[in-house]
Amino acid sequence: MIQPRAILRAFQLGIKSLMLHKLRSALTMLGIIFGVCSVIAMLAIGEGASYEAQKAIKKLGSNNIIIRSVKPAEENVVRSSGRSYVVEYGLTYGDAGRLQTTTPGIQHVLPMRIIRESVRFNRFSVPSQVIGTHPIYPEITGMELVRGRFITRNDEINTDNVCAMTVGLQSRLFPCQDPLEEEVRVGMDYYRVVGLVREKSSVEKRPQGSAGSEGQPVDSNLYIPLSSARRRFGETLFRRSAGSFEAERVQLHQITVQMKDSAAVERAVPEIEAMLRHFHTKKDYEVVVPLQLLRQAEQTKRIFNIVLGSIAAISLLVGGIGIMNIMLATVTERTREIGIRRALGARKRDIITQFLVETAVLSLGGGIIGVVVGVLVPMVVSHFAAMKTIITASSLMLSFGISGAVGIVFGLYPASRAASLSPIEALRHE
Amino acid sequence: MTSSPIIRLDRLEKTYDLGAIQVHALRGVTLDIESGSYVAIMGPSGSGKSTMLNVLGCLDRPSGGRYYLGGEDVSQMDDDQLSAVRGKRLGFIFQSYNLIEQLTVIENIHVPLFYQGRDLSECHDHCVKLAELVGLGHRLDHRPKELSGGQQQRVAIARSLANEPLMILADEPTGNLDSTTGTEILNLLDDLNSHGTTIILVTHGEEVAARAHRVLHMKDGLIDREVPQRTLLRVVAELEGNSAAEAPVS
Repeated sequence: MIQPRAILRAFQLGIKSLMLHKLRSALTMLGIIFGVCSVIAMLAIGEGASYEAQKAIKKLGSNNIIIRSVKPAEENVVRSSGRSYVVEYGLTYGDAGRLQTTTPGIQHVLPMRIIRESVRFNRFSVPSQVIGTHPIYPEITGMELVRGRFITRNDEINTDNVCAMTVGLQSRLFPCQDPLEEEVRVGMDYYRVVGLVREKSSVEKRPQGSAGSEGQPVDSNLYIPLSSARRRFGETLFRRSAGSFEAERVQLHQITVQMKDSAAVERAVPEIEAMLRHFHTKKDYEVVVPLQLLRQAEQTKRIFNIVLGSIAAISLLVGGIGIMNIMLATVTERTREIGIRRALGARKRDIITQFLVETAVLSLGGGIIGVVVGVLVPMVVSHFAAMKTIITASSLMLSFGISGAVGIVFGLYPASRAASLSPIEALRHE
Repeated sequence: MTSSPIIRLDRLEKTYDLGAIQVHALRGVTLDIESGSYVAIMGPSGSGKSTMLNVLGCLDRPSGGRYYLGGEDVSQMDDDQLSAVRGKRLGFIFQSYNLIEQLTVIENIHVPLFYQGRDLSECHDHCVKLAELVGLGHRLDHRPKELSGGQQQRVAIARSLANEPLMILADEPTGNLDSTTGTEILNLLDDLNSHGTTIILVTHGEEVAARAHRVLHMKDGLIDREVPQRTLLRVVAELEGNSAAEAPVS
């Protein structure tokens, strides 16, 4: 009954009558073009944004649990008086030991002390983070060794004054010199440079409690053995800020716990929290679980996609209504033509096909143009706004499918109205 | 005129139900029309002649009685079947030409064949021949707006012939034309009839009707009387001052 040739002829006829009103057809298509384009662009931008967030979280390590020292909120109120005093808070060496012994499924516990201090060599002075930690640090954070070696167990035992520095720090401190075996000064002590490392990510080392205004580059890190850090710097750190002078007593700034697998992470989190609650009278720590963050990010992305998708779907719907509106006007305008065609042997079905093909050409044509524009827009956005965008095949299919469906659904009513006209009435229409 | 009737109407009725009142447009018309004849239907407005033409043209279904077209009962057909009958067996000529604006002359002639499922490429020669027959062989690619009224009506005649119909139904074909052009169109119809095409024509003009073999007068939904050709000729002759009255009838 429906032959390919008949469909081809119907399409030729449809395109022909659309070409009669080029401007009108183009304007009608615009609605669908914008609809399809916005679906694709919005989903691509949303996808890109969540990808960035997820990548950042993944860098933290999905098998890790990160516990940070946080200055308790009530202490901030006292500080406003401007007096000098010592605040004592945060994670302790005891916490690290307890984590190691009581948490099931644990692999490593990595304690860290983070001291903001300038690192000096000759005339150069670079504000940095001096991080006292264990030799397993590179394994857990995925740090890359560029040259030399990282601090070792021996350095740790001997509390040696050795250090490894990031390439970021090296480029500022030793712009034209090999840093290995040189000695850099931190505070009053000298440290021998034994290795050069590159960070995979520096997210986890921003100390929470001491968010200062120094604004040093985050990749200027100097790693020293934890025992050395404890001996050279002591427990009390002094800091000047906005005229007041304050001291903090913090044992450990961060403990990174590496678990066997993600299932162990889930089991361990409540236990770790319970243990910390027991030994800390105030909430001077926070537990960050990258795995949970990842889940949250995925959840957020899902909601984000639904919101964006529905906004875009509404614009497609509006485009569809635009098509219906124009087609209804066209049917009225061409009533006489319909009558003529009916008198000359066209069946109702032929008339329906004719108008349906016109809406299909409008909506599918708009869909194709929309897909092209929708692919270009995210590319332009990521080029100029430095924002990552990801165009997924499913968003292309979705928007194109919806546009086609919208066109046909909204074309059906005008088309059936055109066909239901009696030929005599239609012929009489002026 | 000995061939079998291509139209046989048996007590044909058409009633329009307008809710409160019922309008009886046709009240049992019985009529035979032979193949190759030239019939004019006349009558005042409201006499039912338009309804008659619509029913004859299968654009409308009778409410009662039978209508046999070429031996086939079309009075009980559904919409699709009627469309098929119109497409295969009937040709229409309208007062206002009713060409499709966006199509060229040749494409307009092709429309009835399009709905028979035939492409323009395969019946192009046939359509060109028809255009030449009506004297528009040199205007194939013009659109209706670029043609005069008479030329448009010629295109319509060519179109009505495209499907090689059993008969042509013409509704006031000269109504929108001046008398010279009208005469040309009527001459063309005469010519077609002399080659065997059955023509049924609805008109108000005595002059136009005078060319027909049979003139049916309708009144109140019935064929009131069939005016003998001679009488009509005499009327025309009187009107025109008895000069060229005999010329059109061969």
